[in-house]
Formats: sequence, structure tokens, C-alpha cells
Amino acid sequence: MVMSQTESAFADAQSLEQDIAVSVQGVSKNYGAVEALKNMSLDFPRGQLTSLLGPSGCGKTTLLKIIAGLLKSDTGKIIVNGKPVTGPGPNRAFVFQDFALLPWASVMRNVAFGLELRGVAKSEREDKAAKYINDVGLAGFEGAYPHELSGGMRQRVGLARALSVDANVLLLDEPFSAVDEQTRRKFQEDLLALVANENKTFIFVTHSIEEAVYCSDQIALLLPRPSRVHEIIRPNINRAIGVESIRRAPEYLDIVDQIWASLRAYVE
Amino acid sequence: MWFKGYKLPNMSSLLIWGLLWEITGQLELTFFVPPLSEVFVTLFNIIGTPAFTKALYETAVAFLGGVFFAIVIGIPIGIFMGRNRLLDELLLPWVNIFVSAPLTALVPVLMVLFGFGLKSIIITTTLFGIWIIILNTRAGVRQINRSLIEMSTSFGASPMDAFTKVYFWAALPEILGGVRIGVIRAVKGVIIGQLLISIVGFGALFELYASNFLMSHFWAVLIVLFALAFTISEFLGYLERKVSYYAASR
Repeated sequence: MVMSQTESAFADAQSLEQDIAVSVQGVSKNYGAVEALKNMSLDFPRGQLTSLLGPSGCGKTTLLKIIAGLLKSDTGKIIVNGKPVTGPGPNRAFVFQDFALLPWASVMRNVAFGLELRGVAKSEREDKAAKYINDVGLAGFEGAYPHELSGGMRQRVGLARALSVDANVLLLDEPFSAVDEQTRRKFQEDLLALVANENKTFIFVTHSIEEAVYCSDQIALLLPRPSRVHEIIRPNINRAIGVESIRRAPEYLDIVDQIWASLRAYVE
Repeated sequence: MWFKGYKLPNMSSLLIWGLLWEITGQLELTFFVPPLSEVFVTLFNIIGTPAFTKALYETAVAFLGGVFFAIVIGIPIGIFMGRNRLLDELLLPWVNIFVSAPLTALVPVLMVLFGFGLKSIIITTTLFGIWIIILNTRAGVRQINRSLIEMSTSFGASPMDAFTKVYFWAALPEILGGVRIGVIRAVKGVIIGQLLISIVGFGALFELYASNFLMSHFWAVLIVLFALAFTISEFLGYLERKVSYYAASR
């Protein structure tokens, strides 16, 4: 990191005062005798992408679903935009690992489905959906059905659906893990553009170190048994060098190595 | 069906059995089996008669009524059972008992409770069809992809929306399979009801023809009944195939 001391001090001070969109406070969750999460606290700055990274079984998906309001925590609370979470709400939208599309509905209806459930009138929701279908690069496929699309295109539908409800927190549960490697890279580049352009907070679960370092403003490294936040890493990679060059940046490579050093003991 | 590399037309096996029937009939082995040609001649003779149209009408009313209730009661119960553990534990033993119970033995009880009229026949028909519809719907709902349920929850679906916009459609292939089998069972139910409760409709015709040894009449009515059941079952099978494209990818 080439940064003068005053500059880095300034960046630190800024991150302290940062507006927190989602705050996890002392959350525990047990499945029977298994401790999925133990007294976890974590803040997610507004307008940034935070990755939850860790080996399998470290409770990252559980945490994401608790934030979404899909699971209830045993103790602790989740604060979103200053208000405690009691269940799913319109300020959060979820992107699923297996896309969770309605197989009997067209791309248009799938993208508009979140708005349909909110009672938005058909013409209005389809206008909105059309915009996001276009944004994710699926223009021309409005009438297609999920089984006619590739895995990557299906996840674009899932992404467009989450974007169209205009929630300010986007929860992504390993969204690219069911997608092939090349599509995945394209997705990661698109995600960076999305974070830059949409003023939304992204919480992103992944098990790929490279993916986390590439996409994230902040990485929460979770470790299992018992699940806990091991470390918060802010990659601070200069994205101005271009999406193609990030993977050659020395900071990128260093952080990938550093995270692997922390994780390798937990991977059997 | 294929025979020595030639594709035989659909239902050609029916032709073979029909031919066998005709031969057996012509040999006059038993009064029970008149030649098929004679059965068809009888069929065309009786099909326009007032007695036949009346019987067809009575049977159709009872059958459609029974199937209607089996579907509109059976599908929601099946969905509720698939989604609610408590309800499932409460109702499943009963459904399993009734799906295999000899329902014919219950018909006299129904007569005592609901009288000798159309009402009892409709209830009998419903009872024959409903259990398999419940079981299949339940099975369909239970295998809905978890994330589809989470998706509707996370986008704030009301229980009503979740049922009508997600669960029903996601379980539709199994529901249609259940309805198809349920409808076939309901055909059995309506005839048994008409035979045992009040001698009306096709049940009355069967009773009349069998007791007078009018075997070609008997078979003619039976063929009409087969044809109706077969048509309905094929239509539901067609609907099932229309949704099968997503059955594999839920």
C-alpha cells in the first residue's frame, strides 16, 4: 500500500465515523447442541461491499439469513438503518445461491415478483423490472423461462429481482458458486460496477478468498468451532487501476496470501 | 409400440384385445361375453335413448360434484399438511387409513347420515377421490425447494400469496398426478354410490342389465364409462406433461 501516513490516518478516522447500515450485536445461534454463531458482533458500512469469508461450517450463511430475518437468533440483535430486525423487510433483498427462480414464470415475472408481492401495479412493476433486466444485460430475454437460460443468466435474473425492489441492503449468499468460472469473473467485475453505481450496502457470503479480496471494501474473516469473527480486513486496493488489473496488484496478492495463512489451519 | 422395426399406431394393443374379444364372442363360449361387434351395435342403439341420456346426466352430476369437492377440499388440506408439521401429524394417520380403507363398507353409514339421495352419492364420490389428492399434494409441497420458500418469505409474501403464487404452482406436477388418480377412483366411487345408495344413473343401468342378463347392454355401458374415464385421465395426463418441464428444475 503506497499511502502517506497522514493519508492513512485520515482513512482510519473516516472509517471510524462511517455511517453503519447494518449492525450485528452479540448474536448467537444454536442448532441443538451445535453452536452455529457465538456472541458475534459486526458492523457493515453503508454503500460498501462487505464479504463474510470463512471455511464451511463457520456460520456465514446462518449470519446472512439472520440479517435477512429468515432465521431468528437466540440472543443479540440486528440493527438495520437504526431499527432492530424482527423479520424480513423491504429494506433488505436476498440473492440466493441456487437462484430461487419460479420455474413456471418468465424472466419478466420473476424479476417483478418481489414488487408483485408488495402489491405494485402490473404496468409499474414491469416498467421497473424491464429497466433492471436491461441493467443486468438480459434485454431480449424478458419472455424466456428459467430452464431456457444458462446458470449465469439465471443468477442475473435473481440479481435483477433483488435490485428491482430497491432495498438499500443487498444480501448475497454465495451468488456465484453455482456459476462457471468464466461467468463468475464477469459477474465479479459487474458487481464492482454495481457497488460503485448503486448506493447500496452489499453483504456478500463467499468461500473464495480471491473473490472476497477482489470485490470487497471490507472482509470479515470468520472462523469455526466456535464461530467467531477472527479479523476484519480492509483490502484498500486502488480500483482506479481498472477491473482487469486488480488481480495483478501487489496488495491483492498479499492479502490473498495473508487470508490463506489464517485459514489453512481450519481446512481439513 | 414397435414391432419388428415398424412403429405401430397408438393403442394398437387395444385392437388385438378387441379382436380376441370378438373371436371369443363368436365362439359362444359363455353368455357373459357377447361378440364385441354386437356390443357396439347395442351401444349405438341405446346411446340416444332417454333412459341412457338420463343415466348419463345423473352420473355426470354426481361425478362432477364429487370430483369438485375432492379437488377444492383435497388440495388446500394437502398444502396445509405439507407446510404445517402439527397439522400433518394430526391428519396423516387418518388420510393413510382412508386411502387404503374399503370405502364401500362405509357407504351404508353415509346413507344413515346423509340419506338416500344425490348428497350421499356425491359424498361417496368425494371420499373415493380425495385421499390420494391430499397425499400427492402433501408430497409435492414437501419437496418444494427450500430456497423458493425463503425467497417468498424474504420478499414479504403474505401467507395467502405464498400459497397461491408459490406453493400451489411449485407442487402442481404432483397435484395433477394426484388429481388424475383421484378422478379415476371417483369413477369407481360414483358407480358404487349409485349401486348401493339409490339405484340411479349408470349404476341403475348396470343393475338392470346385469339382473336381466342383457350382457351386450351391460358391456356397452361399461365401454362408455371406460371411454369417459380414459378421456378425463388422458386430459389430466396432458396437463401433467405441460408442467413437467419444470418438475425437474424446482
